[in-house]
Amino acid sequence: MTDKPRLTALRLHKALYPIWKNDPGWKGVFTTVNNNTIGNMFILGATGMFLAGGILAMLIRAQLASPRSAFMGPEVYNQIFTMHGTIMMFLFAIPFFEALTVFLLPGMLGTRDLAFPRLSSYGFWCYMIGSTIMIVSLLAGVAPDGGWFMYPPLSSSAYSAGINTDIWLLGISFIEISAIGAAVEVVVTVLRYRAVGMSLDRLPIFAWYMLVVAVMILTAFPPMILGSLILELERAFDMPFFQAENGGDSLLWQHLFWLFGHPEVYIIFLPAAGVISMILPVMARTTLLGYGWVVAAAISLAVLSFGLWVHHMFTTGIPHMGLAFFSAVSTLVAVPTGVQIFAWIGTLWKGRPELHLPMLWILGFFVTFVMGGLTGVMVAMVPFDWQAHDTYFVVAHLHYVLIGGYVFPMIAGIYYWLPVLTGRKRFFRMGETAFWLVMVGFHGTFLLLHWAGLLGMRRRIDAVEEGSGWEFINLLASISGFVLAIGFGLVILDVAVNAFVAVRGRRNPWNAGTLEWATPIPGPAYNFASIPVVTSRYPLQDNPDLPVQIARGDGFLGEPFRKRRETLAVSVSHGEPEFITVMPRNTVVPFAMAVVTSIMFMAPVFKWYWLMFVSALGVTALALLWAWSGGSRRDEGLLDAGRGVSLPTHAEVSCPPGWWGSLFLLLANSVLFGSLLFGYAFLWTVAPNWPPLRILQADILEPVAAASGAVLASAGIRLADHAIRREGTSWVGLLVSLTGLAMLGAASITVFGGTTYNAHAYDATLWVIAGYVIFHAALAGLMTLFLLFRIRAGYVSARRCGDARVVRLWTDYATLAALLGLGAAWLPGWLS
Amino acid sequence: MVVGGSTPLALAGCEERLSVVHPAGPAADIIATLWWVMLTGAAAILLLVLVLLVLAFRRGEGPAGEAADSRRETVWIKGLGLGFTMAVLAALTVWGLWIGERLLPHPGPDVVAVEAEGRQWTWRFSYPNVPGLVTEGELHIPARRPVDVRITSADVIHSFWVPRLAGKLDAIPGHVNVLRIEASEPGEYAGLSAEFSGAGYRRHHFTVVAHDAAAWDAFLARETP
Repeated sequence: MTDKPRLTALRLHKALYPIWKNDPGWKGVFTTVNNNTIGNMFILGATGMFLAGGILAMLIRAQLASPRSAFMGPEVYNQIFTMHGTIMMFLFAIPFFEALTVFLLPGMLGTRDLAFPRLSSYGFWCYMIGSTIMIVSLLAGVAPDGGWFMYPPLSSSAYSAGINTDIWLLGISFIEISAIGAAVEVVVTVLRYRAVGMSLDRLPIFAWYMLVVAVMILTAFPPMILGSLILELERAFDMPFFQAENGGDSLLWQHLFWLFGHPEVYIIFLPAAGVISMILPVMARTTLLGYGWVVAAAISLAVLSFGLWVHHMFTTGIPHMGLAFFSAVSTLVAVPTGVQIFAWIGTLWKGRPELHLPMLWILGFFVTFVMGGLTGVMVAMVPFDWQAHDTYFVVAHLHYVLIGGYVFPMIAGIYYWLPVLTGRKRFFRMGETAFWLVMVGFHGTFLLLHWAGLLGMRRRIDAVEEGSGWEFINLLASISGFVLAIGFGLVILDVAVNAFVAVRGRRNPWNAGTLEWATPIPGPAYNFASIPVVTSRYPLQDNPDLPVQIARGDGFLGEPFRKRRETLAVSVSHGEPEFITVMPRNTVVPFAMAVVTSIMFMAPVFKWYWLMFVSALGVTALALLWAWSGGSRRDEGLLDAGRGVSLPTHAEVSCPPGWWGSLFLLLANSVLFGSLLFGYAFLWTVAPNWPPLRILQADILEPVAAASGAVLASAGIRLADHAIRREGTSWVGLLVSLTGLAMLGAASITVFGGTTYNAHAYDATLWVIAGYVIFHAALAGLMTLFLLFRIRAGYVSARRCGDARVVRLWTDYATLAALLGLGAAWLPGWLS
Repeated sequence: MVVGGSTPLALAGCEERLSVVHPAGPAADIIATLWWVMLTGAAAILLLVLVLLVLAFRRGEGPAGEAADSRRETVWIKGLGLGFTMAVLAALTVWGLWIGERLLPHPGPDVVAVEAEGRQWTWRFSYPNVPGLVTEGELHIPARRPVDVRITSADVIHSFWVPRLAGKLDAIPGHVNVLRIEASEPGEYAGLSAEFSGAGYRRHHFTVVAHDAAAWDAFLARETP
C-alpha cells in the first residue's frame, strides 16, 4: 500500500523531469526559463546588491563618524549617497521581493510555472545587466550624484554636465522594464494559473498582496519612466521640459517622480506584509484573523497610496488647501496599516505563538515598523514637515520604515522558506546572534538620528561640523552602524552555511497549510507532478495526504504523454479548469534580447544614436522571433487534461495568456500616456512663461485624416478578426487597418512641422505626444504585418484566433492614443 | 539699544542655533509644541502595541470557532484597527491643519516684505521698501513683527530655512514662494539652505539679523545707497 504510490510517483517524476529540466551546465544559466532557477539567481543577485548598498552605507557612516573623519570630498560623497539610495531602492528592495515571488508564487498557487517563463528570464537578465552597469559606473567614478530623486535643474545639463545623470536616467529606466515585466507576469499568474478550486477567496494571502503590488507597479512606475525619458530628452536635445525660462517647470519632475515614489514605498511594504500574513499565523499555530479585512486593507492601502505623493512636496509652495487634502490622505493611509497591525496581533492572541527564528524577526518588525509608522504620521502633519523635511529626522524615519518594515520581514521569510529553497533544515544557530546584533545596531544607528534632525542636521551634508551639537549622535550612529552591518553579514553567512552544508530536512517542517509545502523540497523544475484540487484556504490542513496524491498524478495533467510543458489555466474568480497552456522550452532568446536592449539604452549615454537605432532593430527582430515561436499550425481540439476533463490548448481560446499580458501591459502604457497628458496640462496651468508665443494650428485636412485613419484602423482589424473566425478572407481587413494606421502616423508627423522642438516646453511636449502616437501606430502596423505572415504560414484558423485578438487590442489602443494625443495637441489651436 | 545682536544667540548656545526644539519665534514655537504632543502620543501608542505583543505570548490559546473569531474581528479590527486609529488620526489631522492655517502669510497692518534669492551657494536679500538695498548672506528683519519672505532661485532648487523661527520653504526657479517668519526677540538666527544643491551644499548658510524698532529704522536709513 505504501510502496505503490511511491513507485507511481517516481515513474511520473522520470517522465516529467526530462520535459521540464534546464539545459546542462553553463548553457542552462542563459537558456533557463524555469521559475525555481531564475528565482534562485534573482535572490542571489538582489542579495549582492544589498551588500553593495550596505558597503556604501558603511562609507557614509565612516565619513560622518566625527568632524575629523571625513575622507571624501563632496564630489565623491555625493555619488556615494546617491548610489546608496538608488541601489537600495531600485536594485535591492524591488528586485528582492520580485525574486522571492518568482520563486514562491507558482508553488503557493499550485501551478507549474509563472504565466510567461521567457519574460521571467528577460526581466532577470535586464536587471542583472542594468545593475552591473550601475556598479561599474560607480567604480569608474562616473556614478550619478544628484541624490536618488534627481531633482532638475540640478540634474539638468547646465548643472550636471557629465554622463553621471544620463547613466541614472537610462539605467534605471532599463531596470524598470524588469519590474514591469514581472508585474504583468504576477497579475496574469495570480488571475489565471492556480490549483483547481482555488477561488479568489481561497488565494494564499501572499498572492493577494502580490496581485495588489503588481497592479501598483503597473500604475506607479510609468510616470517615473516618462519623467526619466523627458529629462533625458532635455539633457540630450535641449527640449526645455524643466527650464522655467522656456516654459518648463522643475516641479513637473517632482510630481512625476513622487507619483511613482510614494506608491513605491507601499510597493515595497506590501510584499513584506504579505510575508508576515503567511508566516505569523503558522508561527502561532492558527489561521489569519480577518482574511477579508486584510485583503481590503491591502487594496485600500494601494488606492490611497496614489493620493499622497504631494506629501513629499509640502515645502514647494503648493497652496495650503491642496496640502490639507494630501495631509488628510497621508494620515488616512495609516488606517489600513493599523488594521493589518491589529489583525496580526489579534492572530497572535487567537493562537499559541512560538518563538522560532522567523517569529523573532517578525517581532523585530513590529517594534521597528510601528515606530517608523508613528514618525510617518508626524511628518504627514504639514507644519511639522516644514521643519523636519530634508533633515535626518526623515532619514531616520525612512530607515525605520524600510528596514523595519521590509528587510526584517524578508529575513523572516528567507528563514521560513529556507527548507523550500534549499531542501535542508536549519542546523547552525548563528541566526539568533545575528538577530540581536541587527536589533541593537539598528536602533543604535537610527533612533537618535531623529533628534539630530531636529537639531538641524540636514540630510546629504558631506561632513559633521565641529560644535554642531550632533557630533556624539553621529559617532554613536557610526559605531552602531558597523554593528548592524556585522549583524546583516552574519545573517547572510548563516543562510549560506545552512543552504550548503546543513542536513536534509523533511517536507513542511512548520506544518503550514499552503501548497508551496506540498511539493518535494527543494521543488523540482515542474513544481507539481499534477495540478492539485483544493477546497479551502489551507489545503494541507484539510488533507495531509495531498502531497502524495499530487506526486502520484491524482490531480490534473498527471499524465505527461504529450511530451511538452503543459500547465492548467483556470477561470479568474472560481478557479475552474479552462484551458491547457503549453509553456515554452529552454531558449536563449530572452537573454540575447536583454543584452541588445541594454545596448539600446546605454548607447545614448555616449550619444551613439546610430547604435541605439541598430540595437532597436535588433530588439524588434528578437521580439518577432520570440512571438513567432509560439502557437501551432494545426487545430488540436479538446485534449485530455486528466480527471475525465477535456480542454483546448491556449492557442485555441479567444483570450489567450498573451492577450491578458497585453491587457496589463497596456494598463501600464496608458498610465504613461496619461502622465504625459497630465504633464502637458500641468505645464499649461502652473509653469511660468505660458502660453507659448506660437501655437500649433491644424487645418481641416489633418484632423480629417486622423479621424478617418482611426475609423479605418479599428474597422479594418475588426473585419479581419471576424473573417478569421468565419474562415474568410482576412487580408482585406488587415490592409484597411494598415492604411488607417499609416494615416494616423502621417497626421501626427504634421505636428513636427508646426512646432520647433526646443523652442518652448509646449513644443517639446507636443513632439513627445506626436512621437508616442507614431510609435504606437508603427507598433500596431508591425503587429498587423506579423499577423499577415502568421496567417500565410498557417498559424491562424477559426479556432486559433488568439493572435488576431492581441493585434486588435494593440490597434485599438494605438487608435485611442492617437485621437486623445492629437486632440490634445490641436485643442489650443482650435480654441484660440 | 546697542545691546541688540548676539545676546539671544549666546544664550541659546552654539549647539542649539539650528534647533527646531528651541524656538525663537511664534511659528517655530507652535510647531515645537506640536512635536512634543505628537512624541508623547506616539510613545503611548508604541507602549500599547508592545504590551499587547507581550500579552500575546503570556496567555494561553484563545477559544476556537466562528463565534470567537467574529468577536475577535470586532475587537481587533473594527475596534482597534479602524476605530482607534481613525479617532487618533482625525483629531491630529484637524489640529495640524488648524496650525498650518495659522502659519500662513495672511495680510496684516504691520507685515514687512523682504525678498530672498538663492543661488549656488549664496543668498541675496532685498527690501522692496528701499529700492536698491541688497544684502548678501545676511537677512535683516525687524523683531516682533511678521515678515513675509518672498523666496525664489536663480539656478537650481534651494530651500530657505531658519529653524528657530519657522519651517522651510523651497526656492524654485520661475516661482515665488512666500514664507511668514517672525522673531520674538532681537538677535541673530542661523539660516540654511535645506535642499541638496550640489558640491557646495553644506556651506550654503546665511544669518537672519532681527533688529528692535530703532535699529530697524536705522538699518533701512543707513544702508540706503
